[in-house]
Amino acid sequence: MSSTDQNQTVSPKAEPEAAPDPIHHGPETNDSPPAKSSGWAVFLFFMIGFAGSLLSGWILFPELLYSKKSQPIDFNHALHLDEVSDGCESCHYFRDDGSFSGMPDLGSCIDCHEEAQSDDPEEIKFVDEYVTPGIEVPWLNHSKQPDCVFFSHSAHVMGADMSCESCHGDIGTSEHTRVYEENKLTGYSRDIWGHSISRLGKPEAGTPRPMKMNDCAKCHEEETGHKGACFQCHK
Amino acid sequence: MKEKNDYKQAKRYGMVIDLDKCTGCGACMVGCYSENNVPFKADETNKLDSINWIRIFKITNDKPYPETETCYIPMPCMQCDGVGKHGHPPCVSVCPAVATDYDYDTGIISQIYTRCFGCRYCMAACPYHARKFNWWDPVWPADMEKYLNPKVSPRMRGVVEKCSFCFHRYQQARDKAYLEKREELAENEYQTACAEACPTGAITFGDLNNKNHAVYKLKNSPKAFRLLERLNTNPKVYYLTSKKWVRRAGDNYLTHEEPGKIKNNMKEHH
Repeated sequence: MSSTDQNQTVSPKAEPEAAPDPIHHGPETNDSPPAKSSGWAVFLFFMIGFAGSLLSGWILFPELLYSKKSQPIDFNHALHLDEVSDGCESCHYFRDDGSFSGMPDLGSCIDCHEEAQSDDPEEIKFVDEYVTPGIEVPWLNHSKQPDCVFFSHSAHVMGADMSCESCHGDIGTSEHTRVYEENKLTGYSRDIWGHSISRLGKPEAGTPRPMKMNDCAKCHEEETGHKGACFQCHK
Repeated sequence: MKEKNDYKQAKRYGMVIDLDKCTGCGACMVGCYSENNVPFKADETNKLDSINWIRIFKITNDKPYPETETCYIPMPCMQCDGVGKHGHPPCVSVCPAVATDYDYDTGIISQIYTRCFGCRYCMAACPYHARKFNWWDPVWPADMEKYLNPKVSPRMRGVVEKCSFCFHRYQQARDKAYLEKREELAENEYQTACAEACPTGAITFGDLNNKNHAVYKLKNSPKAFRLLERLNTNPKVYYLTSKKWVRRAGDNYLTHEEPGKIKNNMKEHH
């Protein structure tokens, strides 16, 4: 019953299409080929806009998002690594309580640099501006994490036998400090997100690993079989 | 990584509080406040606003003068194992944001402040009032921010916080153990701030699964009980008392019911 009702209601509407009036519908049939081409134009226009927004998001946006800063002193890791006996741990050492010293403070540097040992302008600048007045160097930390993050160097280096390079890249052999790219919105280094804005693929060998929470969780899942409890990395 | 998590040897950190020894002095609360950066308020009498991770409750036996007795019950987060000890305490089960979870390695329930959005379901679910809500951003007196513990992140307005059994101290002890290539922690290496602050030694802390820890023996004492035991939340905080009326106050017993002699109807495993 209902189907016949529908047919009855539909059929009057369908009638003009079934028997088109050539006089009245002439202009419409003439219009239809340009309507098709305008559809392609809209699609093309959309694709240009889409590609444009992708490109601006992936290329232009990072340029705007990150401001470039340089370290207060152009530190030469390679030179120091040749001089010290104990590798990275000569300056970035573990304390007896298991905590990690991180970036050395002025006290560690003064052992050797109470006076400039060369005529390197960077060393002279370091001695004049920081050592003599006794001011700590405001190093920019590429790996700085938020306050709520607990990271144990001890667990990774001593417990899991990981090398420094596996997370920090081959910073130890660098002769100059890298440009510090600071995220203008969050204040953290670009290293945390990683240099690939799309975060696809693996970072190049020798470059630092991205250090967002998902990166920690991913590695933990691969290495230990599960992501771990919240308190493992949060405090 | 070398170390795989072996749940068979998992730890269950817990606390035994001897109510016969507790004088209600509040040293545990003070120790906790300063250890965990707990913000205190100008008016701590406003209990809807005040925050504390361990709170001392005072109960009396409701008898007139010669027989009057008082008991103080320090209450941290009970770190419940949940029904059947499967790691599903009431608060974790209701959290819609996974801002709180059960750590199967230690049995400690976390609270992740940056993940919490303040719905307070967990507070409603907790039968022990262990969880507190930050109605305001914390304010410390001038210069006191310099005394904050860097190992504990301060909380912001709009999130729930609770006792963590000083988990950062566990992390510190683990760091040292890693450095010395040890797997196990000694009992005294990881102690909570309240246990250390207690002047009468009423609070004992340790691994309930470890036979060498003091808590292992204490929790099996005939004096031991847990609060609201029949809810089957399986708290890891035990209390010791030699007084019957205190023991009765630990749960909602009917007049004919005798604490400790009631058979639990709920199955351990479900």
